[in-house]
Amino acid sequence: MTSLAGAKDTEMVEKHTGASPDRVIDIEKLSLTFETGDGPVHALSDIDLKIEQGDFVSFIGPSGCGKTTLLRVIADLEKPTAGKITVNGVSPEEARLNRAYGYVFQAAALYSWRTIASNVALPLEIMRLSRSERQERVARNLELVNLSGFEQKYPWQLSGGMQQRASIARALAVEPDLLLMDEPFGALDEIVRDHLNEQLLQLWAKTSKTVAFVTHSIPEAVFLSTKIVVLCPRPGRIYDVIESDLPRERSLDIRETPEFLRIAHRVREGLKAGHSYED
Amino acid sequence: MTTMPLAPTRGPNPFAGLMSGIAGPVIVVVLAILGLWYIAAVTLNTPFQLDTYERADRLDVPFSELLTDTLSQDRPVLPAPHQIAVEIWQTTVEKKITSKRSLVYHSGITLSSTLLGFVIGTLLGIFLAIGIVHSRVLEKSLMPWIIASQTIPILAIAPMIIVVLNAVGVSGLLPKAMISTYLSFFPVAVGMVKGLRSPEIIDMDLMHTYSATRLQAFWKLRLPYAVPFLFTSMKIGMAASLVGAIVGELPTGAIAGLGARLLSGSYYGQTLQIWSALIMAAVLAGSLVALIGVIEKLALKRMGMTR
Amino acid sequence: MSTQTVSRSRVDIPALLAWFIVALVVVGLFCPIFRPDFRVMDVPRLSLCLVILAIAAVRYELGFMRNRFGDLMLGVVTAVAAWLLIGTVSNHPGDAALGFWALTVAAWASAWLFVERLASWKSASKTTERLINLVIPALFGLTLLVLWQIIVTGAGIPKVLLPAPSEIWLRLINSVPTLWADFRQTFLKAVLAGYAIGCGSAFLTAILVDRVPFLRRGLLPIGNLVSALPIIGVAPIMVMWFGFDWPSKAAVVIIMTFFPMLVNTVAGLSASDSMQRDLMRTYASGYWQTLVKLRLPMAMPFIFNALKINSTLALIGAIVAEFFGTPTVGMGFRISTEVGRMNVDMVWAEIAVAAVAGSLFYGLVAVIERKVTFWHASVRG
Ligand SMILES: Nc1ncnc2c1ncn2[C@@H]1O[C@H](COP(=O)(O)OP(=O)(O)OP(=O)(O)O)[C@@H](O)[C@H]1O
Ligand SMILES: [Mg+2]
Repeated sequence: MTSLAGAKDTEMVEKHTGASPDRVIDIEKLSLTFETGDGPVHALSDIDLKIEQGDFVSFIGPSGCGKTTLLRVIADLEKPTAGKITVNGVSPEEARLNRAYGYVFQAAALYSWRTIASNVALPLEIMRLSRSERQERVARNLELVNLSGFEQKYPWQLSGGMQQRASIARALAVEPDLLLMDEPFGALDEIVRDHLNEQLLQLWAKTSKTVAFVTHSIPEAVFLSTKIVVLCPRPGRIYDVIESDLPRERSLDIRETPEFLRIAHRVREGLKAGHSYED
Repeated sequence: MTTMPLAPTRGPNPFAGLMSGIAGPVIVVVLAILGLWYIAAVTLNTPFQLDTYERADRLDVPFSELLTDTLSQDRPVLPAPHQIAVEIWQTTVEKKITSKRSLVYHSGITLSSTLLGFVIGTLLGIFLAIGIVHSRVLEKSLMPWIIASQTIPILAIAPMIIVVLNAVGVSGLLPKAMISTYLSFFPVAVGMVKGLRSPEIIDMDLMHTYSATRLQAFWKLRLPYAVPFLFTSMKIGMAASLVGAIVGELPTGAIAGLGARLLSGSYYGQTLQIWSALIMAAVLAGSLVALIGVIEKLALKRMGMTR
Repeated sequence: MSTQTVSRSRVDIPALLAWFIVALVVVGLFCPIFRPDFRVMDVPRLSLCLVILAIAAVRYELGFMRNRFGDLMLGVVTAVAAWLLIGTVSNHPGDAALGFWALTVAAWASAWLFVERLASWKSASKTTERLINLVIPALFGLTLLVLWQIIVTGAGIPKVLLPAPSEIWLRLINSVPTLWADFRQTFLKAVLAGYAIGCGSAFLTAILVDRVPFLRRGLLPIGNLVSALPIIGVAPIMVMWFGFDWPSKAAVVIIMTFFPMLVNTVAGLSASDSMQRDLMRTYASGYWQTLVKLRLPMAMPFIFNALKINSTLALIGAIVAEFFGTPTVGMGFRISTEVGRMNVDMVWAEIAVAAVAGSLFYGLVAVIERKVTFWHASVRG
């Protein structure tokens, strides 16, 4: 690790051990082991993490270090084999049943028999919202991801990036307080990515949502986050937690500032260390 | 990691493992079917049995006697499984193979025309498929017909083929085999065309860079690719062949074969005969398809294509 | 067709065909046409046929008008030649001799040449491409019918063995009431009822089986096995149980269609990938919502596959079941009794009806499939 050792961060985490009302995610000593044909895979080991209301937390780490798995545990798509986790103060399952979060998968996972508009409307239909409400939300969120005009197209008629944007609109349409996003912008070109980054940031600043965000891009992580979690593999665990003191209101120019570069450097060091475990 | 509680992989119940596989549930379902069969046999055969009692002026027959009687009628509406088993035993093991009442004899007749038809049909199908993938005209003019012919009830012409060929003096194995040929030919041709077409364009382009001849490309690329398709369609073709042979034995005049057993059984109300022929046909179909499956495994293994 | 680029064949089939036609025309010129002792010059219409075939082939060989117009002319010549051959042979049934057969083969070769040319047409627009792809098999079928007609009349094949298409057609239009009654009995009653009940109950069973994993594991291998068995053999039992009329046929159809539908639907219901199911889970979607919104649409290609297979099986089942006994009406009944009476043309007429009904039924299911599964890669591409 660098001179900017994470002692400060651990302190910050310690401060909040009580069941604070604005604690969105509380993970304690969480482990998850997949039993596979050729032995157990320790996807997550001894994870401790608190995420507060309004945080924007990025997870970054080498491929296979368990980022997706961690997000899936939060979303109750995977059950931990040990440890404790609460989401909004309740178990992940209850949170899921309360429809507490929106999840953006690594791939778009749109249904090819539904138009873009009705794909976005899918969760709203399941939540049994009224038709007018559905139409309003679909239009608003498609607008947000710049897909107005493509409502009646089918997913296979769109490019991969457009499909991914549609899936983001679908997650946003639920209007959850917690957004779980698994490399949502991985398939997009830099310009679109920048644009969506800015929009996501604006949305987050405006609505005080909590976001858990997986990415492979250091600039993206630093630009978006209030807190960056660096994971390292085998077994998957937290290597470093970096609190960012960049202002909540940011523009793309902030990427040139020394503060930004300093945080980016620290993330990079963490990543390198994570990679060295792989040899 | 050591503190992590190990999830129990297997429950205390020793059957849990068996039931989580395939074998356990299949056995349970088969047993359930047999149970339902017995219940159905008793219910369906009771009215006739009560009639018999009434005619014999026996009014208070104990239930246990009714039960055994319903399961041992000569011509039950629905024979019980054990009755069929006994009938099959008697007509296979206890009869001479040459006897006209031996089920082995009849199965042999059906089997021989099935196999003859199947072999011819498969060879024809393969050759036609080879022609189709190498000739545009053949492809464009034949393929639609081959596909369309799968949508029409070809079996309907079976009696005509038999009777007409009989009229011109061709009888016995050949007419039935022709029907089997016809039925197995189409699935094999279609499957084989699909298989020969399955090499990716890039593979064919690779062959092209070696300036391989059509023949070389065929042996080295198309044929190996087509083998799995061939076996799959051969299974379908075999099942169709058997159906063809059985239906070919239905028109009056046929006196031997499983189809003839079905027909004569239905003329004389011999349900036991029908059911035993039916079970025999099922066993035949099952083992023929399984046999192709075994050959497929061996062939794919020799070609190094098993995963 | 870039899969066929491997070493072009050096045989020029069209040229060969053209020479072949010329040679056959020469044979036709010098050999007797009809017994006893008719020469080609004695039958003016055949002389015309000979001349136009010769001109068409020589023209192609010499290489002028090797364009689309020339190809079309070839088609016209072939059609006229076929018409002349059919016309003349009907006046001399059973008397065709070597020269006539040579001309027949020449006409067939010129049809082949025409199709060969047609297949090599490169079309810019998609619709003409489609049209050509329809015309070629239609021409093939037509050629087959024409050859059938010429050979059966020319060689004097007895009617009981193989009637000519014209005779079948005559019989068909003369017995419409009978054929309609048979069609109603077999198709409209037995097939449709059995198909609907068989597929419907298999679908419901599949949904039930899908809810209980134990049943799925137990029933699926059995269903797969039963699909390969000669189920049609239950026909005599059904006739015994449900009587001679159509319900027994419908019962056979039900049993025959049940297992393919069951196996396919169960397979289709597990076709959705895990991410799509996870998505539904994140919405806390209930079982039925997931079923209706995700798994059933995903299963549709499988279900339609079974529906298509079953459309053929249903007709076969109903017809064959009638071989075991019917009231005196029905397609299977007609086929078996008319075969017994050696009225083979009536059998062929019935088979023609069955073929048309079968392919229309299949076609209808296929059209609905295209409408429902428009999104599937096999349809949209
Ligand atoms: N269902 C599963 N069964 C067995 N092992 C699994 C399963 N899912 C994930 N793993 C293993 O868990 C580890 C972590 O996987 P995960 O998908 O969380 O990685 P990731 O950090 O998201 O990687 P990437 O950046 O490539 O998406 C990997 O080693 C993977 O092989
Ligand atoms: Mg991942």
